Amino acid sequence: MPNKTVMTAEDMRRTLSRIAHEIVERTRDIRSVVLVGMQTRGVPLANRLASLITEYEKIEAPVGALDFSLYRDDLGRRNFNPQVKSTDIPVGIEGKVVILVDDVLFTGRSTRAAMDALIEYGRPKIIQLAVLIDRGHRELPIRADYVGKNIPSAANEDIKVKLAETDGADEVLISSGE
Amino acid sequence: MLNETTAAPKTNAWNHRHLLDVDDFTPEEFEIVFSTADAMSEILSRPIKKVPALRGQTVVNLFYENSTRTRASFEIAAKNLSADVLNVTSTASSITKGESLIDTLKTLEALGANIIVMRHNFSGAPYLAAKHSKASIINAGDGWHAHPTQALLDLYTIRKHKGSLAGLKATIVGDVRHSRVAHSNIWGMTKLGMEVTLCGPPTLLPYGLDNPGANFPKVRVENQVEKAVANADVVMALRLQRERQQSGLLPSVREYVERYQITSERLKKAAKDVLVMHPGPVNEDIELATESAYGEKSVINEQVSNGVAIRMAILYLLSGRQGEL
Repeated sequence: MPNKTVMTAEDMRRTLSRIAHEIVERTRDIRSVVLVGMQTRGVPLANRLASLITEYEKIEAPVGALDFSLYRDDLGRRNFNPQVKSTDIPVGIEGKVVILVDDVLFTGRSTRAAMDALIEYGRPKIIQLAVLIDRGHRELPIRADYVGKNIPSAANEDIKVKLAETDGADEVLISSGE
Repeated sequence: MLNETTAAPKTNAWNHRHLLDVDDFTPEEFEIVFSTADAMSEILSRPIKKVPALRGQTVVNLFYENSTRTRASFEIAAKNLSADVLNVTSTASSITKGESLIDTLKTLEALGANIIVMRHNFSGAPYLAAKHSKASIINAGDGWHAHPTQALLDLYTIRKHKGSLAGLKATIVGDVRHSRVAHSNIWGMTKLGMEVTLCGPPTLLPYGLDNPGANFPKVRVENQVEKAVANADVVMALRLQRERQQSGLLPSVREYVERYQITSERLKKAAKDVLVMHPGPVNEDIELATESAYGEKSVINEQVSNGVAIRMAILYLLSGRQGEL
């Protein structure tokens, strides 16, 4: 099956704008928010949300990048190249409202690993999860606090999020997996 | 996100199940090790230096030859990744009863070893082990042949200071012939675009290297240390392996010191920001004058710290290939 576009650049812009508004609305102390992008595509998304929050609230929300590869539970079980990217969280997260940002929420295993990785850096007041796409098929009891778009998908379908920062264009594609 | 948006990446960037030497590494594979080590360095900067990546896996340090820093470095690296670590030394095991290498490996596998870090006094022993082992084999030094993790940590240390390795000039001084560290470094340095000058008593240099061959176009031999270190970006002194000099390859240690010791005077001819390196342990005031070993240009202690990050990276990368066993 050829790729089908399920989200255009314009859809993505509006969706991120809504999520940023939701974060502002739900967080009483917006100054305590730290956005932490999950490597790889969560990082540019976290940066975009931070700029939108700055635009709406005139505050600078700190943004960090988190690599959680070392906390995964499937090393050696899958034939993938175990690439570790950098972690850089510029502020202490102790007592803060940390919003983990990712592109796709699928089984929930990445989120579980990311929460374990994050807690090594301190004890946040609360951890919330913001995702651009929720495609279902959870294997762990995890849900997102902010969802851009729910895309009920078959397990063998691929959801591909493209971002201008990493892929040269903004769009979300769905295709049947081989 | 790493693997959930699409199927697992199909790139073949890292294909090694064992680490035997760096002679078959591509520049891309060196970069994978270095960038993984960058992430491991970040863990080493934390108050609690532990991640669960290798939880449930057993790493065996199988050492047929004495070692302090390499064995300790591997042990710390494995423990930082939450692996279970078992240390087996030849003197305190059935090896003294005549158990063969392959029998020992089979026993360790039966006990659940996933990765075997092996040091052996015979060149090539880890290659034999890799042929017969289901576990991943890491060569932690074999005879005079290779010491890949030491070379990787040396290259990583240079990269940290200089940014990139291509075009840099390295001078390796001392007993190159008996040095597995030098052999692996020559492979790594030349593959990454460095120029290598070897210097030492002719009896302690490998045969054939002074005859410029197609295999090592970027390696040259220089007998005078002053000329060898001129404009060098890296000066690496090698340990004078006195235990391997029984057959009179060296007239006297005094003469060696006079002709080849890296002194601050000789270093003045090198590049201003030259890095002084040594794989350790240093025979102080033999290969290196004290002021060079501990001077501001020395990165010897950094090499030791970077060794843990590199070994964590290698253990992690090899673990990722275990699905194929």
